[in-house]
Amino acid sequence: MGLLSKKDSKLILDPLADNNPITIQVLGICSALAITAELKASIVMAISVLFVMGVGNVVISMLRNVIPSKIRIIVQLVVVATLVIIVDLVLKAYAYELSKTLSVFVGLIITNCIIMGRFEAFALGNGLWRSFLDGIGNALGYGVILIIVGFFRELLGSGTLLGIPVLGDPIEKTGVYALGYENNGFMLLSPMALIVVGLIIWVQRSRNKALIED
Amino acid sequence: MEHVELFFKSIFIDNMVFATFLGMCSYLAVSKKVSTAIGLGAAVIFVLGITVPLNWLLDQYILQEGALAWLGPEFASYDLSFLSFIMFIATIATMVQLVEIVVEKFSPALYNSLGIFLPLIAVNCAILGGSLFMQSREIASLGLAFNYGVSSGIGWFLAILAIAAIREKIRYSSVPAPLRGLGITFIITGLMAIGFMSFGGMLTGGDDAVAKEDSAVEVKIEEEKENKTIADNTAQLIQ
Repeated sequence: MGLLSKKDSKLILDPLADNNPITIQVLGICSALAITAELKASIVMAISVLFVMGVGNVVISMLRNVIPSKIRIIVQLVVVATLVIIVDLVLKAYAYELSKTLSVFVGLIITNCIIMGRFEAFALGNGLWRSFLDGIGNALGYGVILIIVGFFRELLGSGTLLGIPVLGDPIEKTGVYALGYENNGFMLLSPMALIVVGLIIWVQRSRNKALIED
Repeated sequence: MEHVELFFKSIFIDNMVFATFLGMCSYLAVSKKVSTAIGLGAAVIFVLGITVPLNWLLDQYILQEGALAWLGPEFASYDLSFLSFIMFIATIATMVQLVEIVVEKFSPALYNSLGIFLPLIAVNCAILGGSLFMQSREIASLGLAFNYGVSSGIGWFLAILAIAAIREKIRYSSVPAPLRGLGITFIITGLMAIGFMSFGGMLTGGDDAVAKEDSAVEVKIEEEKENKTIADNTAQLIQ
């Protein structure tokens, strides 16, 4: 990474694994789990959050010397809400079906704690470029978990990826279905999202003992 | 009847935590002790009970398509619904500020124990989610909106109370080290959500529902078995 100094690339890479917003910081779970039954919705959600966090962190960082600290929460909410309205309108215009699937969860990006958390913890005290990198890094860390959960839930639940059947045809019994494999419809129900995230945390913490809670 | 139906539906079937994952952040962060969980749960019921009817009025008389007709016929064609996110969140942030002031004044102990989480209610997805679901489910009257707010708050309260009680007990069990804390909490919440799915047949009735209920009951029994083993482990350890 010639473009970024070592400190800057740490800002992007840290949230991807050892300081992941979902599995370590426990932020932003609210709007994350309900939409992960399909990979496509997960990806769109990840991109929306990437946009809101990147731009939002830059805006807050620009305003950081002007915002009176007493009303900073309202200012932050207004910035996020404006960005989310943009995302919502763009989705409604270009991906109407998908915006129906995501329903209120696009609006709930506003209250995604990850965004407010990064505004509070980072953008209010750091310069433009570093805040931008921090926003992108955390949104990527969030997106990675979302996409992993979406991948497994769609693959095991309906045997498709991005709507394309990859395991053969369940009715004509081709592919793995010929071997007696059945789709596990349970994966599509909401409780399984929680359990999949729990398993991801398990794997991550077994690999890195430093993260284990006592 | 309408009210009773909505009441039970929002508590059990559309439970905010188990069916729609709203308010998970504070649900996971504040559920280590039963006493703080009760405080936050009560705050959520209170804030939801105020903000949902308020936002219902906003939605009905300002934001919806044609809602401005009461100003005069020339306003009847306006559709301001794209502003609803920003209007809802502004109402919520104001109300939360108010609750914070009231709690600080009347119950300093609760204020101290909730610490930084009271301002976080403003960004609690459960609160905004309540208003957004109220809008998308087209709740019909102010009374029903109030009912919806309070009963989904109660649902959230029950969820956080249950998980806090389980987490207090599970501290004595030997959970695999990497699963301790967050990991096991996620999995328990998942199991509880499966349990709550069995309430799905409550309001439908009829033959179709019976078949569905059977499968749900089996899952529930499995979950109960699991809870029982956890309880047994705890008992052994204490002895």
